[in-house]
Amino acid sequence: MRQWVMFVLELTGVNSFYGKAHILRDLGFSIQAGEVVSLLGRNGAGKTTTVKSIMQLVSPASGEVTFDGQSLTHLPTHRVAKLGIGYVPEERRIFTDLTISENLEVGRQPPRDGVFEWTQDIVFELFPNLAERRNNRGKALSGGEQQMLSIARTLMGNPRLLLLDEPSEGIAPVIVEQMAQTILKLKSEGLPVLLSEQNLHFAKIVSDRAIIIEGGLKKYDGAFAELESQPEIRDAYLSV
Amino acid sequence: MNGEVATDISNAVLAVQGLSKSFGGIHAVTDVHFQIAKGELLAMIGPNGAGKTTCFNMLMGQLSPTNGSVFLMGENITGMKPRKVWRKGVGRTFQITGTYQSMTVIENIQMALISHHRKLYSIRPYATRLYREEAMSLLELVGMAEQAERACAILAYGDLKRLELAIALCHQPQLLLMDEPTAGMAPRERIALMQLTADIVQEKNLSVLFTEHDMDVVFAHAHRVMVLNRGQLIANGSVEQIRHDATVREVYLGGGSVFADETVGDVRA
Amino acid sequence: MGLFIAQLLTGLANAATLFLVASGLSLIFGVTRIVNFAHGSFYMLGAFAGYSLMQVLPGAIGFWASVLLSGLIVGVIGVIVEILVLRPVYKAPELFQLVATFGVILVIQDLALMIWGAEDLLGPRAPGLKGVVRIMGEPVPKYDLALIAITPFVLFGLWYLITRTRVGVLVRAATQDREMVAALGVNQSWLFTGVFFLGAALAGLGGAIQLPKGGADLLMDFNILAAIFVVVVIGGMGSLPGAYIAAVLISVLNVFGVSYLPQSTLVLMFVVMAVVLTIRPYGLLGREEVVGEHGQVGEPERPIKPAGTKARLLVGALLIALLALPAVGSHFLVILATDIIIFCLFAASLHFLLGLGGLVSFGHAAYFGGGAYVAGLLVTHAHAPMELAFLLAPVGAGLAAVIVGWLCLRLTGVYFAMLTLALAQLLWSLVFQWDEFTGGDDGLVDIWPASWLSESNSYFYFTVIVGVGGIILLRHIAHSPFGYALRASRDSQRQAEATGINTKRVQWMAFTLAGALAGVSGALFVFSKGSVFPNELEIAKSFDALIVVFLGGVKTLSGGVVGAASLELVKDYLTRFEYWRLTLGLLIIVVVILAPHGIVGSLRKLYDKVFGSNDDPDSTGLNTPGTTQSRDMPGGVSGGGVS
Repeated sequence: MRQWVMFVLELTGVNSFYGKAHILRDLGFSIQAGEVVSLLGRNGAGKTTTVKSIMQLVSPASGEVTFDGQSLTHLPTHRVAKLGIGYVPEERRIFTDLTISENLEVGRQPPRDGVFEWTQDIVFELFPNLAERRNNRGKALSGGEQQMLSIARTLMGNPRLLLLDEPSEGIAPVIVEQMAQTILKLKSEGLPVLLSEQNLHFAKIVSDRAIIIEGGLKKYDGAFAELESQPEIRDAYLSV
Repeated sequence: MNGEVATDISNAVLAVQGLSKSFGGIHAVTDVHFQIAKGELLAMIGPNGAGKTTCFNMLMGQLSPTNGSVFLMGENITGMKPRKVWRKGVGRTFQITGTYQSMTVIENIQMALISHHRKLYSIRPYATRLYREEAMSLLELVGMAEQAERACAILAYGDLKRLELAIALCHQPQLLLMDEPTAGMAPRERIALMQLTADIVQEKNLSVLFTEHDMDVVFAHAHRVMVLNRGQLIANGSVEQIRHDATVREVYLGGGSVFADETVGDVRA
Repeated sequence: MGLFIAQLLTGLANAATLFLVASGLSLIFGVTRIVNFAHGSFYMLGAFAGYSLMQVLPGAIGFWASVLLSGLIVGVIGVIVEILVLRPVYKAPELFQLVATFGVILVIQDLALMIWGAEDLLGPRAPGLKGVVRIMGEPVPKYDLALIAITPFVLFGLWYLITRTRVGVLVRAATQDREMVAALGVNQSWLFTGVFFLGAALAGLGGAIQLPKGGADLLMDFNILAAIFVVVVIGGMGSLPGAYIAAVLISVLNVFGVSYLPQSTLVLMFVVMAVVLTIRPYGLLGREEVVGEHGQVGEPERPIKPAGTKARLLVGALLIALLALPAVGSHFLVILATDIIIFCLFAASLHFLLGLGGLVSFGHAAYFGGGAYVAGLLVTHAHAPMELAFLLAPVGAGLAAVIVGWLCLRLTGVYFAMLTLALAQLLWSLVFQWDEFTGGDDGLVDIWPASWLSESNSYFYFTVIVGVGGIILLRHIAHSPFGYALRASRDSQRQAEATGINTKRVQWMAFTLAGALAGVSGALFVFSKGSVFPNELEIAKSFDALIVVFLGGVKTLSGGVVGAASLELVKDYLTRFEYWRLTLGLLIIVVVILAPHGIVGSLRKLYDKVFGSNDDPDSTGLNTPGTTQSRDMPGGVSGGGVS
């Protein structure tokens, strides 16, 4: 039923700075169609900056980000979003003064060729808790519900790729499990996801591949399952 | 649970009795009882919106309870302003760090010391020359001595958390309230910060109440765990009891797939 | 009864203009967070444009077409201002943009003078609506009835646009988080431009539509400014129905005020505002400001250090140069230096409040003028000796600050700023209208220093000692525990309160201190000029101080003084030319765009760039930028309610 077109996100030699601080160093990786990839690494490793560099919220100083063959580098952020990259930020950033319905309306984009078209009704099917409270303001929601709303809002833009920045942060374990189910469902329907995450248990459930970065450098890129057999990498960069 | 609260409040560092708060008819916290003993690390967990932060804000005085009382070392501190509660010997760290961004690391500590020594309204001395040694030893305690002269605004996130811990220790508190102390940190930093806290607790014989969503942290460090759901205390017991509590699993822990469940083996061990 | 109704209708008709202009201001502020000082100028342009159009477009259709076209033209001018002046400075620290809008005021003033001349223009009557209707025997102009009928439609249209359309949803979302709106695929820069167009167009409409009742003149911009700020604040920031109710309330009360209490007209509006805000701190229909909407944004200021030997030597050299001035410079130069020192102390006192305390006062002239008037009144009425008057001036100004501070500090952010402005205006209108006591418009004259200071050079030395002494005192306090407590209260009120600091008391004391030192500068001023007039208490005077503090650099210790000295020097030179406002306005805009951190701040950045900075954040030691800062806003604790 839901079908996403083939595409690929590709980063090559990306260098990003915050002021004088060199955050990403020659970072390169790609995401294939239908894949869920986890971006792992400790705090300050550059995970959020990677996601922001894709969205052009941080403008890479050098290197190239392409999506479906088109360069994103130096595009304004709203153009990147319009191309079909859905961004769910750290801290959720929902519009607390707007109702849930209105939050979804902000995220709505016109349908895109060959991409599944989300409506409020379909979104509410996926997140039934939100449906009951559609006329409540965002500020009345709990942290878990805000995270759901943030994802739902992004889906309303009919994305061809989803960027999730630390979605499990500060969320009750039982809700994180629900979120894992949601991501698996989206994945089964072919929506590729880049997931920046600190919670390894959660990342392992949903993703096929892991990318580990440390100090802005890529240290590992491979199947999640193989990470289990490489304790030296796990201990060095993740150390659970 | 509620029944086991001792009537003798003077022995406990903190004793909370029948604490309730409602916001315009909505009950955020209902009839919560608990105590903290000296040297105890007590965790408060529960779903988002269960009332943990509301509870914290009532203990520290940011909110005044609709009902119930809070006793600190036997003294009723219910409804006192945060700055009064602080002077009574309660330190607090925030989920979202609240350091002074325009000051250096050591000045952040000096500021709290100036307040502790009641020199806030003095206009004669240079603030940076006051209580430097005291501030330095606190920074050493949390392992931030080398960063003393750096601007707070350029600190790494984990260091901000440690700085905040040092600030909270400035007035030698009896009790430390920590709201999601490891939020936003990587697994390794989480363990390091909580280990540091546990060491300080032992060294200074402090008591700590903390909220947390990372069960790896809670199960590794808490001496006792309380569970709050929809504003009510639904469980209060040892780590083992909480892990296996059916209700807690249903409303909060879930299937245990997103933290290190003991059935999978504790990876840290 | 008939008269009562007629007056009520006049009030309602007057409310139309006030509402149109105020709703535009509210809209612009609500979405862009820019306090648009130039809004009065848009209104004035609307009146002038309407006047010219009505000269060429005949008949009733021509009249109404002119009104609409004026709105359109002013809207386009608003767009030009937004794109050329404001877009480059959106990322500057909050409120810095108001300096740019102040530059726009000056430019528009001179452009209007060039195009339409200095004469007041009498507005044409509206064709077809020239007569009056008798209601219960009282004549009511037909045009008033038309205005009363039109306004609710405008209100409804705007309300519908904001609450019921997609554009409105986007606008409200952008109000809260523009970056997130962009990340969801919305081109928010055009959303902002659109809002600026609409806001400016409403002001332009307001200007054109009031032509038959008023006219067009060059003082319209400042004359309406206080009133529309008051309306927006009484109604509640961002609330259109609130703005309507407030506009009606103010206009109707004003009409009755003119009839029954003519001495009170200017004061009335501010009394209403003070009363409303005392009962409802966020206005009639306003809601409490959302967490993160106030406080400082942008990068935090750097840690401060007591002046090093080099800096002390430099200041010493400057002092010697100043003291030597009478010996080497002309009499004119000495007068100029006196003026500059006085203004520097005034600016430094505001900077103390604004830079260290994060407390943006829009009405600081109240304490400068207040100090001057206290001294002047003591000399005039009590024949007090200069020494006594001079000592009591800061006491009086400080007392005023104690009261104003107590009232205002219950509010935060823009509400705080607006209430300080309103209370300053209250003081101004008191002085202006209480002829017998204050001399009203004629001011107080013949207030000269004691004989031992009567020679202009000795008064200059006196000014140097008191003025520079005051500045050094403020600077020292910045480094003292109290100064640190003030900065702590600004950086994180939550943390400060949780570590025993009574932040409101600290801020209140700082407000009082700043008021008292502004009073000192006022006293220096009155004895140097020998007279004082109500304009020393005016909004324009408050804005002058505000502008120099921002221009100098809010987040630097010397920003206020450097800004004040620079502006005073430039002004002294430029005012010799006919169109000096245009030049000064353009200059301010250019400085704002080129130096978004203020003169001192930007010079320091340049210095760091050229010579390298000593505190270089390395890549690992950086918290995710934005997180700690944007999260740590005042009110972060109470903002959530149920956790």
